[in-house]
Amino acid sequence: MSTVARRALHRLSSPFRQTTGFARWILLSGLVIVAFFVLVAMLAPWIAPYDFAQTRTDAGERIPKAAPPSAQHWLGTTSFGNYDVFSRVVWGCRTALQVVFTAVLLSLFLGVPLGVVSGFLGGWLDRILVLVMDALYAFPSLLLAIVFSFLLSDQLGGGVISAGVALTVIYVPQYFRVVRNTTVSAREATYVEAARAIGARNHTIMGRYLFGNVIQSVPVIGTLNAADAIGTLAALGFLGIGIQPGDAAEWGYDLQRALPDASAGIWWTGVFPGLAIVLLVTGLTLVGEGLNETMNPTLRRRRLRPFTLPPRGAVAMQAGKGQVDL
Amino acid sequence: MPTKPDTTATSPSGLGAPLVETRGLEVHFQLRGGAISRILGLDTGTVRAVDGVDLELRRGEVLGLVGESGSGKTTLGRALLGLAPATGGDIVYRKRGEDDPSAEQVVSRMNGRELRRLRTDLQMVFQDPHAALNPSMDIETAVGHPLKIHGIARGEALRELVRESLERVGLTPAEQFMRKHPADLSGGQKQRAVLARAIILDPEILVADEPVSMLDMSVRAKILQLMLDLKHELGLTYVYITHDLATAKFFCDRVAIMYLGRIIEIGPTDEIFADPKHPYTKALLAAIPEPDPRRMVPRNLPRGEIPDAASPPLGCAFHPRCPEAVAPCGWETRDLRVLLEEHWTRQDPSVFEREKELVGDLDHLDTPAKAGVLGKGSIARQVRELLDCIRNEDPADPLWSGVEQLEETRDGLRVTFRPGHDPRLRRSGGVEVACVLHPEPVTPGPGTPDSPA
Amino acid sequence: MSERPSTGSAPGDDVLSVRDLRVWYGTEKGAVRAVDGVSFDLRKGEILGLVGESGCGKSTLGRGLLGLLPAGAARDGEVLFKGTDLLSVPPDRMHRMRGPQLGMIFQEPLTRLNPLMRISEHFEETLRQHRPGIGRDEIREVALEVLRVMGIPPTRYRSYPHEFSGGMRQRLMIALALVLKPAFVVADEPSTALDVLVEAQIIRILHDLRTDFDTSLLLITHNLGIIAEACDRVAVMYAGEIVEIGDAREVFSDPQHSYTRELLRSTISLSTTGLNFIPGAPPDLVDPPPGCHFHPRCPDAMEVCRSTHPVQRVHPNGVRAQCWAADVRDEVPEVASVDTTPLAREEISVADEA
Repeated sequence: MSTVARRALHRLSSPFRQTTGFARWILLSGLVIVAFFVLVAMLAPWIAPYDFAQTRTDAGERIPKAAPPSAQHWLGTTSFGNYDVFSRVVWGCRTALQVVFTAVLLSLFLGVPLGVVSGFLGGWLDRILVLVMDALYAFPSLLLAIVFSFLLSDQLGGGVISAGVALTVIYVPQYFRVVRNTTVSAREATYVEAARAIGARNHTIMGRYLFGNVIQSVPVIGTLNAADAIGTLAALGFLGIGIQPGDAAEWGYDLQRALPDASAGIWWTGVFPGLAIVLLVTGLTLVGEGLNETMNPTLRRRRLRPFTLPPRGAVAMQAGKGQVDL
Repeated sequence: MPTKPDTTATSPSGLGAPLVETRGLEVHFQLRGGAISRILGLDTGTVRAVDGVDLELRRGEVLGLVGESGSGKTTLGRALLGLAPATGGDIVYRKRGEDDPSAEQVVSRMNGRELRRLRTDLQMVFQDPHAALNPSMDIETAVGHPLKIHGIARGEALRELVRESLERVGLTPAEQFMRKHPADLSGGQKQRAVLARAIILDPEILVADEPVSMLDMSVRAKILQLMLDLKHELGLTYVYITHDLATAKFFCDRVAIMYLGRIIEIGPTDEIFADPKHPYTKALLAAIPEPDPRRMVPRNLPRGEIPDAASPPLGCAFHPRCPEAVAPCGWETRDLRVLLEEHWTRQDPSVFEREKELVGDLDHLDTPAKAGVLGKGSIARQVRELLDCIRNEDPADPLWSGVEQLEETRDGLRVTFRPGHDPRLRRSGGVEVACVLHPEPVTPGPGTPDSPA
Repeated sequence: MSERPSTGSAPGDDVLSVRDLRVWYGTEKGAVRAVDGVSFDLRKGEILGLVGESGCGKSTLGRGLLGLLPAGAARDGEVLFKGTDLLSVPPDRMHRMRGPQLGMIFQEPLTRLNPLMRISEHFEETLRQHRPGIGRDEIREVALEVLRVMGIPPTRYRSYPHEFSGGMRQRLMIALALVLKPAFVVADEPSTALDVLVEAQIIRILHDLRTDFDTSLLLITHNLGIIAEACDRVAVMYAGEIVEIGDAREVFSDPQHSYTRELLRSTISLSTTGLNFIPGAPPDLVDPPPGCHFHPRCPDAMEVCRSTHPVQRVHPNGVRAQCWAADVRDEVPEVASVDTTPLAREEISVADEA
């Protein structure tokens, strides 16, 4: 392996190697859960026996309505539209991860550079951006998502992209704030002044000198945002906004349609989508908190291994030490 | 064994115009006040970090800027490079080999683009080697970055120049260091890397801001020796900023002592150290701890500390601490407060209580003024007696020479001080000093007419 | 040359007696031997200077004596403070001793003072902790007295820390550390962050502690000048060990250990005429060089220095050092049988250098 690749791998894996005990346990278990869901999402076309809006089997039979879990339908069937719950959950997983991935990436690409530029340049640009971002941040996120969902569904339809963009708006301020604040303190660092002293222009300083050093918190925020996004997306779906039933499967929508089933004793239509949401959010949160434990310097306590001193005789004989009475 | 640099070989020729010249240079920073004062547009005060400095930097010399914190030495160094904006005065730079006055470049009025072009000639070495290198850049990228920025070299040519620079500063084998990151290097090695980056553009002037003060003793000598070698090999001119007079004595040809934004003494190193004139210079020299156990802890040091740069003392900035102060040094009400407080550190708490009752609240004395009132009208006499008592404890305290008048008024005891002035640099012997005591007045000998005081 | 004030105490008046103290940490790279077998005595009213470069373990030693180490550090040995072994004292009793018996002065005063509390409140907190039931007036009396000694006027008793200048804050820290008149104080680089003139003021205050407070002081610093001026005895530390300890005058005028000598030579002072330095870099405390830890950088190194750890000996001038070269110089009988061939010096490349 070339040294560049080896070095990159070394740096990427450093959180995992540096964690011990509790933090490592959290991180690993979170990663396992998330990896599982990601696999499910990627392999959805092969795993799901039916399409998300399929009401008849391939053989042409109608899918029974509200059938309990059985060999043909592992998780049962729904009472609305007669869909296979298992397929709905699997396709819903794909939807959720697609939307969240889009949202987090977009908000990263918007929030982080804006934060660096704003923090570095200061002045009126900084003041305006901070004002706007704080205003956005102050809005209840669900409300904001609803509003943007409505606005965007006209232009972009009711699919994954539209929902993703709607969620982006909520998370941009978080990246912006954190990166901007880190930049404001980092720009006073000596190496930034040194960069100016060698004649670097502002964009070079921001890109080569500041960028790599201010994004330490971003992975943590990213994963925690992702967790929040899953929940928000489900809330949108629950309210009937965001992903439209015709465009994709969505856990929140399924939950809403499963509401009347509860009184009828039909549990499988609500429990499984709900469980999926809970598990995925938990997994992402565990990853986020695990990363936080390792990467946050204030939380991180000095990694001292528990230690016992070797007996003196052994050490003395090795080193040929002699002692004289004082 | 490395020895002190041969000063005759490197002393400035004195011919031709100076390389860098500052005329009345001022760098003032506006203080950010609280919200209310900003809304109301009130003047929140300025910090006069550099307050009127005339300086000449001659080609090939090492000029030391010595001072404590708040002296302005760091800001002055940065201003010379255009890293700190000059709010007044000029900085003029003449490129190597060009004595034609029209080739002057006024650094203080340059815009960003012009300043960047100047970076190939003026470079800086920083105090904290651990902070001066970008943690996420490896050494090759970091040291080679100036070349890339100015478009001087690329690719293999760049690597070759980086290799050369690293070897010049002693980081050999260069290949081994090029891949490393700052975290992998020791303090001394980092400082060498910083030097490598500074010299790679082949500059004329290097401003070194406390380059060795964060390094261990045994490493300092190595880096200083390296800097001397680089000076000889590359024909550099240094501005060496430090608070450590010992290294300044060894390293510099000329030394300028700074206090609160001004140069208060400047001259050839030998002269300054052999015969310091300004009381502050004398105090600095006496205070340096020397590794000679026959020396005792110095006891006759100036009292107090460096004053707040936002509201410096009236008159001579050093007068509140100066053991040799005299009447025209600029005495004011804040000195009166200090006198009272020092008196109370020598008394019992019960005495303090009683006397505090007499003089009342002293906060009004913090506004600098040439006259102040103590106590109340009814007890003005007792306040006067108190002051006389304090005076008797130490009649030699320089403050009393500055008191013009003690007057019992209706509001209390009014203390008025003599007018004072702020001394400018004047030639005295081989150096320039900013002190009313220098040059010393010529005492009339027998047969010579009386000279005016 | 003025006489050094005599401490007026006899041997046996030891406030502190340290025997073979070890403080090791476990890290992922292995065990860090920050303090590796340190022994010394501290008499009543004496100032012992502990000098060394960065990474020699002097700060760890200072904190280790007071039990201020992070969890995970292991100590053993013996630290007798007025007869009690501090290493076997339980943590809560140790906590009660800090203040009235043991004190510490840190480097950066601003970070050690609570910015939301007035000076008076700092004193109230300290005094109430250790003398519960003490009245506010008595606190004020005690506090003003100690502030007076420090040169802080009583008008400042109700001020906040940020209203003080750097030197005043350090005096304040010293006042808080000394208000209960502890018998032993550790000062860890107390003046490093201060300006030259203020530093001299603080060192003078520390120097006068013995007369004003009858306190024994361990002064940790990297500045040899301060040691020379203010300390009675000096201990030179290298790679976790005290390589030389003795009367300050003796050690400075006639250093026994090669490291002490080289350190003195490389110190730049007003009388320096040439630059000297020690080649190489301080060793890694995880795996220090075998034998004498200094041998890779020592101009006097011999074969025995690489193979066998030197023996501590008290030299004719009363200085205790551990150096084979010094032993050979003094023609100590025990070295007749050791291998004194000079070590072949490999060129120390800058790669190993600082």
